[in-house]
Amino acid sequence: MTLNLLLFLALAVIAIASAAGLIMSRNTVYSALFLIINFLTVAVFYLVMGAPFIALAQITVYAGAIMVLFLFVIMMLGAEKPNEIERMKWQRPLAIVLSGAILLEGVYALITRVAVNVTTSPATEALSDPKTLGISLYTKYSLPFEITSVILLVAAIGAVILTNKSRKEAGK
Amino acid sequence: MIPIAYPLSLAAILFIIGIIGFLLRKNAIVIFMCLELMFNAANLVFITFSNYYQLIDGQVFVVFVMTVAAAEVAVGLALMVAIFRTKHSIDIDQMNSLKG
Amino acid sequence: MESGLTFNLVPWVVFLPLIGLSINLLFGRKFGESFSGTVASLATGLAFVVSVILAVALANHPEGVTVPLADWITIGSLTVRWAFRVDTLSVVMMLVVSGVGTLIHIYSIGYMHNDVRHNGDEGRYTRFFVFLNLFIAAMMILVSADNFLMMFVGWEGVGLCSYLLIGFWFEKGKNGTGNSEAAKKAFIANRIGDFGLLIAMFLIFVNFGSFEFDAVFSQAAAITADKPGVMLAITLFMLLGVTGKSAQLPLYVWLPDAMAGPTPVSALIHAATMVTAGVYLMTRSAAFYMLVPNAQSVVMWVGAATALFAATIAVAQYDIKKVLAYSTISQLGFMVAAVGMGATVAGMFHLITHAFFKGLLFLAAGSVIQGVERGMHHGDHGTDPQDMRQMGGIRKQMPVTFWVYLIGALALSGIAPLAGFFSKDEILAAAWTSQPGIFIVLALAAFMTAFYMGRQLVMVFFGDARSEAAKGATESKLVVTLPLMILAGLSVLGGLLNLPGLHTLEHWLEHTLGKVEPAHFVWLVAGISLVLALLGLGLGWMIYSRKNEKPFVDPLKKALGPLFTGMENKWWVDELYAAVILNPYKAFAHFMAEPVDLGVIDRIGGGLAAGTRAMAEGLRKLENGYIRTYGLLMLLGLTAILTWLFLH
Repeated sequence: MTLNLLLFLALAVIAIASAAGLIMSRNTVYSALFLIINFLTVAVFYLVMGAPFIALAQITVYAGAIMVLFLFVIMMLGAEKPNEIERMKWQRPLAIVLSGAILLEGVYALITRVAVNVTTSPATEALSDPKTLGISLYTKYSLPFEITSVILLVAAIGAVILTNKSRKEAGK
Repeated sequence: MIPIAYPLSLAAILFIIGIIGFLLRKNAIVIFMCLELMFNAANLVFITFSNYYQLIDGQVFVVFVMTVAAAEVAVGLALMVAIFRTKHSIDIDQMNSLKG
Repeated sequence: MESGLTFNLVPWVVFLPLIGLSINLLFGRKFGESFSGTVASLATGLAFVVSVILAVALANHPEGVTVPLADWITIGSLTVRWAFRVDTLSVVMMLVVSGVGTLIHIYSIGYMHNDVRHNGDEGRYTRFFVFLNLFIAAMMILVSADNFLMMFVGWEGVGLCSYLLIGFWFEKGKNGTGNSEAAKKAFIANRIGDFGLLIAMFLIFVNFGSFEFDAVFSQAAAITADKPGVMLAITLFMLLGVTGKSAQLPLYVWLPDAMAGPTPVSALIHAATMVTAGVYLMTRSAAFYMLVPNAQSVVMWVGAATALFAATIAVAQYDIKKVLAYSTISQLGFMVAAVGMGATVAGMFHLITHAFFKGLLFLAAGSVIQGVERGMHHGDHGTDPQDMRQMGGIRKQMPVTFWVYLIGALALSGIAPLAGFFSKDEILAAAWTSQPGIFIVLALAAFMTAFYMGRQLVMVFFGDARSEAAKGATESKLVVTLPLMILAGLSVLGGLLNLPGLHTLEHWLEHTLGKVEPAHFVWLVAGISLVLALLGLGLGWMIYSRKNEKPFVDPLKKALGPLFTGMENKWWVDELYAAVILNPYKAFAHFMAEPVDLGVIDRIGGGLAAGTRAMAEGLRKLENGYIRTYGLLMLLGLTAILTWLFLH
């Protein structure tokens, strides 16, 4: 029982609990807050596994920017507690059964294909240096990287148009 | 150091929770958050294997996933706002007019 | 090489009529009747000039040449060229087609002028000449082809023109569909024959690997030694094609009905040229038939039987054109029999002279018909202008027509020294020396030929007019009678082509057909045939020139009784075909249409449609519009795929 393992188990429990809280909470604002907790715990895993840049990006971009956007929309729409009546009776049991099956298959795969003695490595200079990541992004992955910039641009324009159009209709 | 089976199992569990939330919740915004949760689980797998193989490519992919997720959230939330303006609800089950 | 250049003119025998018809198609209606007629006649006339030039060039180089124009089909080892064959045989056919064709074109200028007015649609004048030129072009392709495939194009082309021209007045005839029915009948009967020819061509290709005449015929002997059954099949299937196109038993039934077309068409297509295509084909393929004696005897018996059978029917017909139609079938039988006996030169000789005098007879009959039609305008209107029972005494009103008709009839009957005597005699002589059975049949047919021509002459031209229309008939114009006079001259002099002792035609054709046994002039045969002809004519004169009561009753009717009824009704062959083939086929078609198609096939189709629809109705329910359900289905698929992966 190393310290790392203890830390991992503790954080894993928090992560699973917050994820469960996310889907079980009736209040949407709580759900968003649970998700932030989940993101933060996962960011710690990243840090432990030698990816400090990703971990910090997770905290700033995900837990910060994206979740703030979520909260903002929830507030704006006033949709904290929508009415939730299940219309499809078979949806719930089927979903749970199938999810269980997927989980079983995942566990089966882990048991049969991944040996327990294969462990993670400690953080190394080469992998945890953001410089390495930057070089890789601008050399090997320069084309996909540029494409993601286009995707972001399209998303920005799309978001503006989607909201703008309805305003125009309202003005009519 | 921890066996890589642990973070992988955690990722699987988080992913399943995301699926269940996606299938059972009717609040469109919560469904969105479940999607983010599943992205997150996938990212965890990426990082784990990046560490295991000592390759930077896994991290690069996480960067891409985050970028696309950010774009998706921007568009998705804009859609949500637009839908709410016409339907005055974000109940995903009310958006069912596209059917056979 | 000078003659090489001359031979290169040969494509023009096809191009000139095509140019003529294009001009008429584009401008014919604009510039009127005389323009259309002149252009068409000029096109055919120029084709005749080209043929003459080719013939002159060929006299110096009788071995002939092949003039390739273009590659047509190239598939694997098969190469079919669009090539024209200039040899003595094809040039003879070109001369006949374009020569007689030109005269008939000129005749048509006058004839169709009246015909379109009589039938009440002047707009069809140009169309007629377009069709005629198309026919000349197709016929030229047929006779000048260098291979079976190109010949088949011409073969089908003339069939098409025949169909178009028989149905020229398609809205006329019995019940308003008679003419189009006749056209259909001709086309379908020809298709049955074409089926045979196609099979023969397939067999030729499979066994010889080529369609070109030279390549095929040079291998004929080897293939015969190797596979005699195949050669028998080829020759017999080819014979089926010939019976269709050349109106032999059992497919002759279309030709009498084809008289529904305007008379120049009957003269050009259904007497002088197209129907002889079968004879030409067999002469061209003589190399095959020489090697298969069994096929030869089938061919000669088919020809001889047709000659006699058609002659008996011709005796009892009242329609002036139907008599000539059955006579044509009979004479074609002579030619086929001649080719079957190996007397190909005699067959070609008869083909040429027959083109002259039968073309003449048809055209003169057309002149008579129009004379009577003109008479109808004065007197009674209920007369059928083609019914010989309504005629009589026309000799006085139409002297020119009478004299040329007389010459044609005598030539057909085989009176020396007219053309028909020599050519028919050559066939009879060939039969006398080799096939006594055939000789008897053909002699009998020749006798009946003379008899029905005598009967026709008397009924049409002698005695008293039996109707007001016949009384009021008037002579035709010069544009009509001039071609008649030229053809009459040819009918008189045609025998010079192959006079006994000179054998001009024979030596000419030898270059193409190889060494043929020179026909002997047998004095006894000549005597017999002449006596038979005179006897026939005299008998006809005796029986029919007697005073006859009104309405006209054929004197033979009493004498022959049921036999005559049979002849009058064409031995009920049409009825027989209707009962044995047509009606069962129609019943079968009806069965296929109603219970099978509507009941079974449509049900299958409809069932498939209904099943798809029901399935879609069911599947539609899956598409319920709920995004979460779609997600669930995705998860289902994911689980299934993962399970499958783990199990493998």
